[in-house]
Amino acid sequence: MKFDTPAGTNPIDRMKVVGKPLDRIDGPAKTTGMAPYAYEHHREAPNAAYGYIVGAAIAKGRISSMNVADAKAAPGVLAVVTASEAGKLGKGKYNTAKLLGGPEIDHYHQAIAVVVAETFEQARAAAGLVRVSYARATGRFDLEEALKTAPLASGSQDTPPKPDRVGDFEQAFAAAPVKLDARYTTPDHSHAMMEPFASIAAWEGDRLNVWTSNQMIDWGRTDLATTLGMPKEKIRFMSPYVGGGFGGKLFLRTDAVMAALGAKAAGRPVKVAMSRPFLMNNTTHRPATRQRIRIGANRDGKITAIAHESGSGDLPNGRPETAVTQTRLLYAGANRLTSLRLAVLDLPEGNSMRAPGEAPGMMALEVAMDEMAETLGLDPVEFRIRNDTQVDPAKPERRFSQRNLVRCLREGADRFGWTRRNAQPAQVSDGRWLVGMGVAAAFRNHVSLPSGARVRLGQDGIVTVETDMTDIGTGSYTIIAQTAAEMMGLPIERVVVKLGDSSFPVSSGSGGQFGAGSSTSGVYAACVKLRDAVAQRLGYSSADAVFDGGKVRSGNRSTDLAEAARAGELVVEDTMEWGDLDKTYQQSTFGAHFVEVGVDRFTGMIRIRRMLAVAEAGRILNPKSARSQMIGAMTMGVGGALMEELAVDKRFGFFVNHDLAGYEVPVHADIPHQEVIFLEEVDPTVSPMKAKGIGELGLCGVGAAVANAVYNATGVRVRDYPVTLDKHLDRLPAVA
Amino acid sequence: MKAFTYERAGSAADAAAKVASTPNAKFIAGGTNLLDLMKIEVETPQHLVEVNGLGFDKIEATPEGGLRIGALVRNTNLASDARVRRDYGVLSRAIVAGASGQLRNKATTAGNLLQRTRCPYFYDTNQPCNKRQAGSGCAAIGGYSRQLAIIGTSDACIATYPGDMAVAMRVLDAQVETIDARGQARVIPIADFHRLPGTTPRIETALAPGELITAVTLPKPIGGQHFYEKVRDRASYAFALVSVAAVIQKDGSGRVALGGVAHKPWRVEAAEAQMPAGSRAVAAQLLAGARPTRDNAFKVPLAERTLAAVMNEARAA
Ligand SMILES: Cc1cc2nc3c(=O)[nH]c(=O)nc-3n(C[C@H](O)[C@H](O)[C@H](O)COP(=O)(O)OP(=O)(O)OC[C@H]3O[C@@H](n4cnc5c(N)ncnc54)[C@H](O)[C@@H]3O)c2cc1C
Ligand code: SF4
Repeated sequence: MKFDTPAGTNPIDRMKVVGKPLDRIDGPAKTTGMAPYAYEHHREAPNAAYGYIVGAAIAKGRISSMNVADAKAAPGVLAVVTASEAGKLGKGKYNTAKLLGGPEIDHYHQAIAVVVAETFEQARAAAGLVRVSYARATGRFDLEEALKTAPLASGSQDTPPKPDRVGDFEQAFAAAPVKLDARYTTPDHSHAMMEPFASIAAWEGDRLNVWTSNQMIDWGRTDLATTLGMPKEKIRFMSPYVGGGFGGKLFLRTDAVMAALGAKAAGRPVKVAMSRPFLMNNTTHRPATRQRIRIGANRDGKITAIAHESGSGDLPNGRPETAVTQTRLLYAGANRLTSLRLAVLDLPEGNSMRAPGEAPGMMALEVAMDEMAETLGLDPVEFRIRNDTQVDPAKPERRFSQRNLVRCLREGADRFGWTRRNAQPAQVSDGRWLVGMGVAAAFRNHVSLPSGARVRLGQDGIVTVETDMTDIGTGSYTIIAQTAAEMMGLPIERVVVKLGDSSFPVSSGSGGQFGAGSSTSGVYAACVKLRDAVAQRLGYSSADAVFDGGKVRSGNRSTDLAEAARAGELVVEDTMEWGDLDKTYQQSTFGAHFVEVGVDRFTGMIRIRRMLAVAEAGRILNPKSARSQMIGAMTMGVGGALMEELAVDKRFGFFVNHDLAGYEVPVHADIPHQEVIFLEEVDPTVSPMKAKGIGELGLCGVGAAVANAVYNATGVRVRDYPVTLDKHLDRLPAVA
Repeated sequence: MKAFTYERAGSAADAAAKVASTPNAKFIAGGTNLLDLMKIEVETPQHLVEVNGLGFDKIEATPEGGLRIGALVRNTNLASDARVRRDYGVLSRAIVAGASGQLRNKATTAGNLLQRTRCPYFYDTNQPCNKRQAGSGCAAIGGYSRQLAIIGTSDACIATYPGDMAVAMRVLDAQVETIDARGQARVIPIADFHRLPGTTPRIETALAPGELITAVTLPKPIGGQHFYEKVRDRASYAFALVSVAAVIQKDGSGRVALGGVAHKPWRVEAAEAQMPAGSRAVAAQLLAGARPTRDNAFKVPLAERTLAAVMNEARAA
């Protein structure tokens, strides 16, 4: 099915199952431990041996010698595989550095060997016996330094690297009566998902089965085939449950490669999990940014000029962090400039982390807006409202398909009690605490990817959906079941969902907040086909057949749905393809974040007091799981605002605090109160589901709302994330 | 983790003798620190002697009117003991400010005293660290040192003692009771228990090899208001950037120790004479000679301000 005209009325609009706050259908299996995660497929891969990865001890250079004799001779060891033993390996399309290094080393903790043994303990102990000497080379580890000479970069392969311009920014900025020119920094972030990277590999002759933890089945399968130099048809790649990914698991990582190589060498299935202290430098991270924002406005608060320039770093042939994307679209203004620079660094590989681009970009832009509002003497909510635009500022003929940012801001302000905020900072206190409120807009683009599904109607009347879509804790199982149930007129209990298996049709996968909208649309397409097949079997005209209550009705005739499968199971498959409505319309999601913080006037310690988000993202497929996405993202935003930072050692070239004691993410005590409101709406231009993504929107802007609240509490502006007490302590009022 | 052998000791003296006579042997109590370090081969004992079950799990009144806390009393039990909460509030507060409920259920009094530094380079065996490997250098000096010490440091090591409980014990003038391989008992004042790094950062306490902690005693209660103020970036489950343990009397006199600033709980008795003059005067003397790094220079004003918060609260009450 191709979606190329806005959706009319369709069965989803009945909202009998879709749109209900249903519990996760996979909840019982997960809470009882019956849902197997990557490392737990003992039944499918019995008698697995254990692989333990050895990581490079240097950031840049060469292995001058490597001695694996002691490791090989250690108790229980079955095999040790290094680059020289593995032979020539390819490199996946989505990988920047090789997943098995040596002799060249590209970054700290790059995998250089896997040790396979009978038990995990034996493998780990033997891994400690691999002796490596290195010849260190000089690496580039200082982003600030490297950006001085870094070239312009482009966010996508097909546009040449140049600044994106509308009107004449420089002239308009020079002429603007009110101006801001400020620099912001965001640090490297770790995904810090709960489940570490893990895989089990089992060979059957020249065929390979891999159980892994991955967001994108087809990308992972394809890149594994490329890496191992084998046809992808011979690989079955499975990831039915994922304990969090946040973008870290969009790509093939070395756990799957090491398991496959280890299993080949050991002649039996091998399981590999990464330890936390290892995975933070071995896998990807969100790259740090250095951003400059300039805004010029008239005294009435109308923006006339806006520029956002961002620099980041990555390994050679890597990608920039696209932190300026939202600035092209979020606010009006006739003269605009955005640009990216990309420096070469020899730190671990940078790549997507939840809301790549917008997350760090909004952390800067929405603080700049706060600063500008203050300079203008405007309320920051009002300042944003004055600069709302209903069209793409670069192409005014292109409207936003839906844009209720103003409503999000107004409703949020109302609900939050924004009028109680004192516009003058450092005025409100509660005992020891200085109290402040902050606001920020939320913005994230909507994206759709092709997504396929197979649906079966069994003789028992059960509808089974099969798609390689993944559920990374987001609720895919449930919304897909809701979609199929709605389409086929069944209660959700009559639908079975099977996910995360490369033997199922290729889906969008999970990422970029495209998963929910795309994958349910694929299921919609397949269900339309199934409805046709059912109608045909029953001799109904599919145009007027109504699927409801487990029955199919046409005129005054009515039959059990199961009847259609009596002569045999019905199986159909389809893929949702996308036309160019995203060119005709700018499709985005919006919201507003409100945050109240307390800052200890003595110690400068910052604590969240309450948070509110209002979001608009088209139809909300399941308010319960959508709310979970929002509050999870808001929590992550608090982490980014107040504590998360991979500390770079610029001498040795690695992230120093590479465990969860050193890399702090929020705990329950950091998040006292969160509220989420969704605007009720549908967006017929995006898909027949009329739903957009919600998974990343909740993260975009929240960090800035926290930072703005801290400023409102203290009167001290911190422009370098995370906003920690050491950055404002010396400017807080004296105490005695 | 390296393979190791393991046995249970029959008595305190037996445990001490076993560790003293076996090369590269260690005691294991709750295991919450030792096992973590063994997994990443920062600690590589060949033999472990388990000391749980030796009967050191009671809190008893002493004839002097104080408390004798068995070395194996779990942190949870110590913090929730009614006598501790009533008479030694600073200790109770310090313990619950640390780690998590699960860890405190497992962690013991002796193990807590002996927890090792959280310097991130100490945790990474690829990096030079004099504490881990004598003479290899100190990666933290000139590196990432936001968490590390500001006073009592040396050119060999700038790590902190990271714990909370011992800071409270320091203001309470606790004493550590031990027994050695020959069955000899001795008492070490808490002030002398932890050492500064000097040129031998590997040696962290006054304990001799194989010397077993059997108890910690607290002198009789000193009254006053008890405070444990722990400053950190996140609200729970994080080590202190700076902490202040204090007992403050009605007349404004009192005792103060700092956590998170040195290789040991940091107390300078002479500085306490300045209490009536205010936090600035106390901090000036307490932190005289501090040598912070660029990353952790903020700890100097932070310690002073945290002390101010405590003294302010004491005045207000
Ligand atoms: C994630 C995490 C967070 C933490 N956060 C904090 C915190 O915020 N604040 C804080 O203070 N602590 C914190 N801790 C540390 C925790 O308090 C210690 O791990 C715990 O107290 C150690 O006690 P244990 O009994 O488990 O010691 P073990 O790990 O068993 O032993 C530690 C050391 O003591 C030795 N030892 C044990 N018993 C004796 C004895 N009787 N005589 C002589 N030597 C002995 C062992 O040989 C070993 O060297 C944290 C720990 C973790 C893992
Ligand atoms: S500060 Fe001490 S523990 Fe840290 S690296 Fe230096 S020597 Fe090792």
